[in-house]
Amino acid sequence: MANVELTNVRKVYANSVEAVKGVNIAIEDGALCVLVGPSGCGKSTLLRMIAGLESITDGTVKIENTVVNNLGPAERDIAMVFQNYALYPHMKVYDNMAYGLRNRGMPKDQIDKRVREAAQILELTHLLERRPRELSGGQRQRVAMGRAIVRNPKVFLFDEPLSNLDAKLRGQMRVEIKNLQRQLGVTSVYVTHDQLEAMTLADTLVVMNGGSVEQIGAPLDVYEKPASTFVASFIGAPPMNLVHVTAGKTGLILKDGTHIGAEGLSVPASGAVIGFRPEDLEVAAGDERHAGGLQLDLKVLGVEPVGAESYVYGIVGGERVVVRVAGRSPSKTDDHLRVIIPKQKLHLFDADGKRISPS
Amino acid sequence: MIQNNPIGRLIAHIILIIGIVIVAFPIYYTFVASTQSLQEILRPPLSLLPGSHFWENYSAALFGGVGRIGGVGVDRLLFNTIVMALAIAVGKIVISILSAYAIVFFRFPGRMVFFWLIFITLMLPVEVRILPTYKVMVDLGLIDTYTGLTLPLMASATATLLFRQFFMTIPGELVEAARVDGAGPWRFFKDILLPLSKTNIAALFVILFIYGWTQYLWPLLMTNRNDMTTIVIGLRKMISFADADTEWHLVMVTCILAIVPPILVVVLMQRWFVRGLVETEK
Repeated sequence: MANVELTNVRKVYANSVEAVKGVNIAIEDGALCVLVGPSGCGKSTLLRMIAGLESITDGTVKIENTVVNNLGPAERDIAMVFQNYALYPHMKVYDNMAYGLRNRGMPKDQIDKRVREAAQILELTHLLERRPRELSGGQRQRVAMGRAIVRNPKVFLFDEPLSNLDAKLRGQMRVEIKNLQRQLGVTSVYVTHDQLEAMTLADTLVVMNGGSVEQIGAPLDVYEKPASTFVASFIGAPPMNLVHVTAGKTGLILKDGTHIGAEGLSVPASGAVIGFRPEDLEVAAGDERHAGGLQLDLKVLGVEPVGAESYVYGIVGGERVVVRVAGRSPSKTDDHLRVIIPKQKLHLFDADGKRISPS
Repeated sequence: MIQNNPIGRLIAHIILIIGIVIVAFPIYYTFVASTQSLQEILRPPLSLLPGSHFWENYSAALFGGVGRIGGVGVDRLLFNTIVMALAIAVGKIVISILSAYAIVFFRFPGRMVFFWLIFITLMLPVEVRILPTYKVMVDLGLIDTYTGLTLPLMASATATLLFRQFFMTIPGELVEAARVDGAGPWRFFKDILLPLSKTNIAALFVILFIYGWTQYLWPLLMTNRNDMTTIVIGLRKMISFADADTEWHLVMVTCILAIVPPILVVVLMQRWFVRGLVETEK
């Protein structure tokens, strides 16, 4: 158990591509930190730098207050779960889990005890004599986890461990990983591109984009107060609606020139982006005017019923928005819909996409 | 391509049988000849059934010493050839697996230069570099030694490339998992790479053993003494241009003995051999 601290960590590859641009993250002892972002945002590189599989160009990585920059992966006392599990194909499950311990020269009886304990936790006991090829994807995933937990490391590193599983199993394993991590209380860093996985697993959520950190915070804080339009559009499904506006004489002007009432909202001269979650919209019944809310006229492009709710896709001022409606929606394609955004649910970003606070 | 047409099947079988007869009959005929006395062989037509001199001929050839090769028994030739074929096969595999390991898994200066050097030697088989190699061996005093017979044939670009291709299919995550598990380069090689290469090694061993077994030109140059020569060369030496001078029954015995070990290697390792060629264990 240990805290992990990254200070100004940079990674520049030989071809002078800067994959990670000065990242600062502090992870508390026992916390599960999720790095999330689109592919190529540097999250995996960052994880591999913590693991010691990738050299650190600049900055420091500390585990348990010790700088580990120059230590090899085996000396950092970490364990890693890989995307493709990376089980040794010629070894039985037992040996796969015992291999790292044997390399550390642990006595046989202790290895046996630890492997059996880990197998019990992960319900792998009946599979110990099998080879990886004889296991299903979910079982292989468990063995990979087992290989990590027998080591009893200071830090767990997960590199998109669930992306090779089908949706149902992924949901199941997500819960298991979370419970296991709580139970063992080991500091963990988890990389994923799946925002749902990130939201549900994280104690601390780190949203990355283009090699830099966009926002760090508790998952719901990030959801409720995204620091930028990037975070707003990345976290949440369907993502936050973003509509560009500029200040007009009497109200706001949308991208295609439509005027709407400002309702007391002040917008910088350089223009702004207003953001609102699909579930925060209210559909107005008639032509009545609502005080304290921004009103938008929506042209419906299509409706997607998913059972408990429906997504109404529409266009406002030339930009696409989604409205989440409970149950079924009576709207049809080409209908016009008047929606109200309550002011307290409105997010305001400047022209560069940074949050203007308070909004 | 599986058809249940009876006529098609019949034709297929006939073709296969003809093929087998064409391949197997000369071998059978050699065996028949090896069980006849010299007089019976020299007096045509040769019987199609094995004769009664099996033990006599085989023990004479194996343990009695054959006159035309200076009284050395075929057992000695067999031993020499087995040593040579084994040494070449094992040596080639050891050298090429190690060099492929270095080229694929390590980043060192001149890596690509070395790779291309190895690659280029593909263009230089023994026959092309035979005179300079012979000169070197003479200067080192390695004529009539096992070292001289085997060492120049050990470096193998083909095997190195084969292992390189196989190693490149090993996922990077596996290498990284081993690093996290605390396996150094040597441990990784021994615990993970070697077991995964088992089938490839077996397939290569079969091919290389036969390559070593059938070497002709190099042992011909390298050996002067009859007791250091290989069975293929011995066989050649037993045959005189004057028919009467040749102990044909012993030649036939030697022929049969010369093909038994390669057949044994292929048969015993067939399962591994086929696996190594068709599948990769992953």
